[in-house]
Amino acid sequence: MNVRKRLIGLTPYLLLAPGLLWLLIFFVYPSIQMFISSFWSGTLETGFAVSLDNWTTYTRAIDRYQPQFLRSLVYGGAATIICFLIAYPLAYTIAFRGGRYKNLLLFLVIAPFFTSFLLRTQSWKIILGDDGILFGPLKDFGLLPPEFRVLATPAAVIAGIAYNFLPFMTLPIYVSLEKIDGRLVEAAKDLYAGPWRPGGTVAGAVVGALIGGALGAALSYDIVVLAGLGLLVGILVGTFFISQSFLRVVLPLSLPGIFAGSLLTFIPAMGDFVNAEILGNTQTRMIGNVIQSRFLENNDYPTAAALSFILMAAILAMVALYARVLGTEELTSAR
Amino acid sequence: MSENIATGTPVRPSAVVLAGRFIHRNVLYVYLLFAILYLMLPVAVMALFSFNDPPGKSNVTWHGFSLDAWLNPFGVPDLFEVVRTSVGVAFISTMVATALGTLVALALVRYRFRGSGATNTLIFLPMATPEIVMGASLLTLFVAIGEPPFFPTNFVTIVIAHIMFNISYVVVTVRARLYGFDRHLEEAAMDLGANEWTTFWKVTFPIILPGILAAALLAFSLSIDDYVITSFTAGRTTTFPIFIWGAARVGVPVQVNVIGTAFFLIAVGFVAITTFLQGRANRPAPPPKMKEGATMPASERTLAPTEA
Repeated sequence: MNVRKRLIGLTPYLLLAPGLLWLLIFFVYPSIQMFISSFWSGTLETGFAVSLDNWTTYTRAIDRYQPQFLRSLVYGGAATIICFLIAYPLAYTIAFRGGRYKNLLLFLVIAPFFTSFLLRTQSWKIILGDDGILFGPLKDFGLLPPEFRVLATPAAVIAGIAYNFLPFMTLPIYVSLEKIDGRLVEAAKDLYAGPWRPGGTVAGAVVGALIGGALGAALSYDIVVLAGLGLLVGILVGTFFISQSFLRVVLPLSLPGIFAGSLLTFIPAMGDFVNAEILGNTQTRMIGNVIQSRFLENNDYPTAAALSFILMAAILAMVALYARVLGTEELTSAR
Repeated sequence: MSENIATGTPVRPSAVVLAGRFIHRNVLYVYLLFAILYLMLPVAVMALFSFNDPPGKSNVTWHGFSLDAWLNPFGVPDLFEVVRTSVGVAFISTMVATALGTLVALALVRYRFRGSGATNTLIFLPMATPEIVMGASLLTLFVAIGEPPFFPTNFVTIVIAHIMFNISYVVVTVRARLYGFDRHLEEAAMDLGANEWTTFWKVTFPIILPGILAAALLAFSLSIDDYVITSFTAGRTTTFPIFIWGAARVGVPVQVNVIGTAFFLIAVGFVAITTFLQGRANRPAPPPKMKEGATMPASERTLAPTEA
């Protein structure tokens, strides 16, 4: 009887063992191996030797690839902001106005991502082409100057990243909004929560101008123009759409979703190289492009491993900082 | 006056206010429409360009309507082998990852044990790690081993990698289904004399099967579409995404769009069918009668496969 009891106590571990072992061997251990590999010297032909003296690989890598690191940070950040701006109203509309079509709408939002990632990006290349289906007609009518282009600029790369990672932002926000009890909003209204004026106007103006300016800087477009545009949109949205019940009930309750969504968008966005390769040019190469070519074209494993390790460490540091600032532990429990 | 609206005093609003209210009420629906159009645009372009008739290899400008590519979808050298490889990788990795992930999900939901927190973290981490880091670190492992079947990288290493990144998604999907599971059903089976083994196969498994199928579907679509990790672990083996990547530099053949569109339609069809069947299976069951004062546990919410 005692043996049987002990066996039952072991059951969860027996169930876990195969899956967890797979992750330990092929996910956790490779990270350690990558760290070791960054201290390698030598080539594939001669074999590799580990030496602590090779820490200079790190300083050289940082020195040489600083612009690409910075670009990944800026593009990833800008794409995350754009994702948020698109996803929040989308998730909100589906969650609160979707009615019985909620699941259908959610499906429509996710369905595009059943197409191949590379083909989706290739489609954007066709759409954003200099004389493509979007800008071609506009140029023919003289609405845009003939030399206007988006493809092979930072804007195209950021737009591609924002499109491709949109579900990672939409779904967590939707889940957190969908959980909100509608009676809380009614209760807030019963307690005299009305339009938020002039607070909403002021807040909208400030936030809009800041976001517009930041995006202008990231896209290397005219900062003043984009900040002005952001200011206008911010004033409109802040004045007419931000009510007190939204500000004090809905928004705080959706923070876990925003938190999880922005991380789940930002992390892959920073490591992405597909969009930069297909939609960008040599001036938009991100750190992912460098890692990939170092690994697969140059067989320069030590440098590539060091770069990957720096990328991972940078992301972990930023996630930790972000978690501390927002003070939430919802991330790992968000499901 | 907003105060009047808040207190419910009837006032006759002016035309401007009415117009404003109309816009206010409908702007979100208009937004929703545009958002869905925006999301669907690349898919539509991909499908449209599968009917293109370009003179050369480059398929980025519209030339004319043609059914050639659809009538001969594998009319490009190697394309059939490439698609077969992708389907093979996806099939094997889906089977293994679904089995392993389901066991982990069962352990996490059904048992309290030491280390469950660490397990949750370990499951979450692969989903929060950039793909490039996972692919790169796996490659360093295979290079460090330096011997077959791991190096040079090949079909086996692709499958290993795909199982690895699929496990977490399977766990999360199956776990969502398990949370909505009524344990009383199992207890009833045991009371009626079934042993654990019979109970699992006759009661537990059929109930969580939709969750397992949803997880398998997700794993299959993630696997067949993966480029980043595969590029690090493929070596000379070519999968469909790797073929597209290689072709992108010289011009993607129209046939690739045909196969992409077909994959899309199959995936959407599958999800539509499973959702429909699940909806039908769930409908006849009447809502459980509750004792007075009893509350519905939050875990009763069931997730549709698309939400997981």
